[in-house]
Amino acid sequence: MNKAVRQRLVVVGNGMAGMRTVEELLGRAPVRYGITVFGAEPHPNYNRILLSSVLAGEKRVEDIVVNRREWYAENGIALHTGDPVIAIDRAARTVTTVQGVVAPYDKLLLATGAKPLMPRLPGLDLPGVVAFRGIADVEAMLEAARSGTRAVVIGGGLLGLEAAWGLRRQGMSVAVVHLMETLMERQLDAEAGHLLQQDLTERGLHFFTGGQTEEFLGTDRVEGVRLADGRAIPADLVVVAIGILPNIDLAKAAGLDINRGVVVGDDMATSDPDISAVGECVEHNGQVFGLVAPLWEQAKVCAARLAGDGGAAYATPPLSTRLKITGIDVFSAGRLAAADEDDCEIVLRDGGKSVYRKLLVRDDRLVGAVLYGDVADSGWYFDLMREQRPLGDLRERLIFGRAFADSQGAKGGIDVAAMSDDAQVCGCNGVSKGAIVSAIGTKGLTTFEEVRAHTKAGSSCGQCGGVVQAILAHVTGTAAVASEAMCKCTAHSHDAVRKAILNRELKTQAAVREALGWSSPDGCAKCRPALNYYLLCAWPGEYVAEQGSRFVNERIHANIQKDGTYSVIPRLWGGIATPAELRAVADVAEKYAIPEIKLTGGQRVGLYGLKKGQLPAVWADLNAAGLVSGHAYAKGLRTVKTCVGSEWCRFGTRDSTGLGIELEKLLWGSWTPHKVKLAVSGCPRNCAEATIKDIGIICTEGGYDIVVGGNGGIEVRITDPLVHVSSEAEVLEHCAAVLQLYREEARYLERTAPWVERVGIDYVRCRVADDAAGRKALFARFLHSQTYAQTDPWAERALGGVDAYEFQPLAVVG
Amino acid sequence: MHTSFNPWQWLADMNDWTFIGTLDDIPRLGARTVETPLGQVAVFRTAGDELFALVNRCPHRGGPLSEGIVAGRMVACPLHNWVIDLSTGEAAAPDEGCTTVIPVRCEGGRVSLGLAALGTVADG
Repeated sequence: MNKAVRQRLVVVGNGMAGMRTVEELLGRAPVRYGITVFGAEPHPNYNRILLSSVLAGEKRVEDIVVNRREWYAENGIALHTGDPVIAIDRAARTVTTVQGVVAPYDKLLLATGAKPLMPRLPGLDLPGVVAFRGIADVEAMLEAARSGTRAVVIGGGLLGLEAAWGLRRQGMSVAVVHLMETLMERQLDAEAGHLLQQDLTERGLHFFTGGQTEEFLGTDRVEGVRLADGRAIPADLVVVAIGILPNIDLAKAAGLDINRGVVVGDDMATSDPDISAVGECVEHNGQVFGLVAPLWEQAKVCAARLAGDGGAAYATPPLSTRLKITGIDVFSAGRLAAADEDDCEIVLRDGGKSVYRKLLVRDDRLVGAVLYGDVADSGWYFDLMREQRPLGDLRERLIFGRAFADSQGAKGGIDVAAMSDDAQVCGCNGVSKGAIVSAIGTKGLTTFEEVRAHTKAGSSCGQCGGVVQAILAHVTGTAAVASEAMCKCTAHSHDAVRKAILNRELKTQAAVREALGWSSPDGCAKCRPALNYYLLCAWPGEYVAEQGSRFVNERIHANIQKDGTYSVIPRLWGGIATPAELRAVADVAEKYAIPEIKLTGGQRVGLYGLKKGQLPAVWADLNAAGLVSGHAYAKGLRTVKTCVGSEWCRFGTRDSTGLGIELEKLLWGSWTPHKVKLAVSGCPRNCAEATIKDIGIICTEGGYDIVVGGNGGIEVRITDPLVHVSSEAEVLEHCAAVLQLYREEARYLERTAPWVERVGIDYVRCRVADDAAGRKALFARFLHSQTYAQTDPWAERALGGVDAYEFQPLAVVG
Repeated sequence: MHTSFNPWQWLADMNDWTFIGTLDDIPRLGARTVETPLGQVAVFRTAGDELFALVNRCPHRGGPLSEGIVAGRMVACPLHNWVIDLSTGEAAAPDEGCTTVIPVRCEGGRVSLGLAALGTVADG
């Protein structure tokens, strides 16, 4: 589908920040860019945070892969692994790799990450001295753990302690050398740091605090380290985990503004507006980044910008830290210690149970929390900090935790019912309880995997998984098993199948089922109509609809009724009829003894109770009077309801009837994910009820308001405003474009109302109202598709003999 | 149906196979109907050219199964989406019900039905 006009996005760096940006971008603008990704490591994208779990033997490398190679293929992304980019030519707008690949770009995304900070000490190059950064490092550490027995980890911060614990779990004797007097001094106060050291010592780690490494010992291979005070520690493996440095070499060579990191603004753009940067390589407002939460926020903003949302702006979210060492619970957020007399520390210490809690209060607000041993209330404290809520009476009970403060005992574990909707559940991804509850409800999620996939909650460090599951259980009662799979024939979701159809150019149902590994050769009654529609939408003029994959109504172009008879509803353009047309309807009703004539809700005349065999003859008679199918049976355009407008009404501002007819002539015949109803009202009195239609137009003296996503059915939904335009031509272009966007991106059987709810009206505005070029492309694709769709199916069957067998019995016996 | 018609006599005469048409007359993943004095029979053809015939009434609300979507050896009723097994006439769980199966055979592309089965009372 118009790949030629896609812009080229090149991503340098196949890590967490870069790929999250790509995922966010695909969610917002799936076909806007042709994407190429270059990664220095030979692996697909993996979750670096979980490397410590791999080292500890709790996960395997394949468990931490975020996006497998198939994902890149399914999304049409060209992936080059093990081939780092070595140069950017900003004049020619190309990048060049080690292997000599030259890739042109329209937009470039730098996500080069960081490299480990290595001290320039004698012996640094000795085999056995490794960093803790990538899969290769972990493999080297595991290899060393198999042959050696003693390890030294330099660095007692978050990363160093996780490395040390992993090596200990692998059976090594581990010593940690830390420059400062207490561990994790950036996240923990001295008290918590000492408790942590005590617990880890009991678990078999040795500590050399206040220890400055001066030399790596050894000749052919590292044999130990020597500290400045003269102490020597023997080792078969030395892991250096003292910090990271942003990878800025590429940006520097390209002449971009750099400081400690690649300097970016709130829009995540570098000093070259066509080059953005995200992740550990960037510097924003003088700050560089090592935790994951701000990276995800950067990815969101950067993707929004790339998708054309000019308003998205990055601000560093409040940060919190937890340590991933099984059985040791540490949490820290905000400030660690009182700076002056306006700060007040509230401390609880239970030496016997190794529980420690310190809260920092200033101006009646919580500004810092350090929890050790019992971190169940960390989310609650963090929310109090983020919301800057005045504490008032809560202050005196605050330190004892939420259950006590709320004076209602939480029934074991976390009381999710008591959590407020904006309480943050997943700190890594910034997902609130409300977002999870809403996703469970609107998307019908029933498993943890689905919730994780839809909301990203629990998809990074995974520590909130229990809370997410508790919320799921709370919302759904007992969580039943279901998935977002399209049907029981496949594990793929609707969206994944649609992407694969386009990106892999699958042009028949059999090809889709074959390529995506369907479990049943001819699908089922659920997936076949969906595939039929997706292929029809993707390949207009090429794919021929399979009759056997259509619901009876769409197969025989009449609406089946409860007794197996059918209804026939001709199109009355804009609700206007001539005497001859009405006479033809009346004549047909008498001639074929049709039981009932009824005016429909969409301003048409319906004939009800026809036998199937009568249909072709009835259609022929109606055709003779100029009446054609009204598609009252189709997942397609149904009616365009109108008021009489300025032709007759003393309030009418414009010719709403004429505009309705023009819209109907433009849109009829198109197949859509579900039925589509329009209305045009001639003034804001809105007699055509345009605000509960899929697309509504309300004429005013000043022009036309286009509104979308309304529904008057089971769940009434009022439309959202899309755009205000001043000419009929603009109305037609916008309506066709929004319909095409719905055709291309909504899931089969999803009405516009839930679709708009799901993707957000801002997204629809961004694609249709704000992006003029994108809108014209949508419009062009719609018009192209219509050239194959606008044939009256009744005429084909009444006189043309199409599907004649449908209307006759195979045999009459007896 | 005029009053002199005796369904039991008719059934007794139907002991043999009744020719109804050729395989090519029935669309793949589709169905055709056969009119009999005891109601419609639906004849289904699967993707693999297996033939099945059922009394053309869904055990749920009598919907015309011939208009349903055929997949594997199943047909989904067009009225309320009950799924009926073409080989047994039984509704897929959790729904319960059964429609009468009519024997069908295809020899050299010629399709015949064993209409005597119309006299069988289906369970449910």
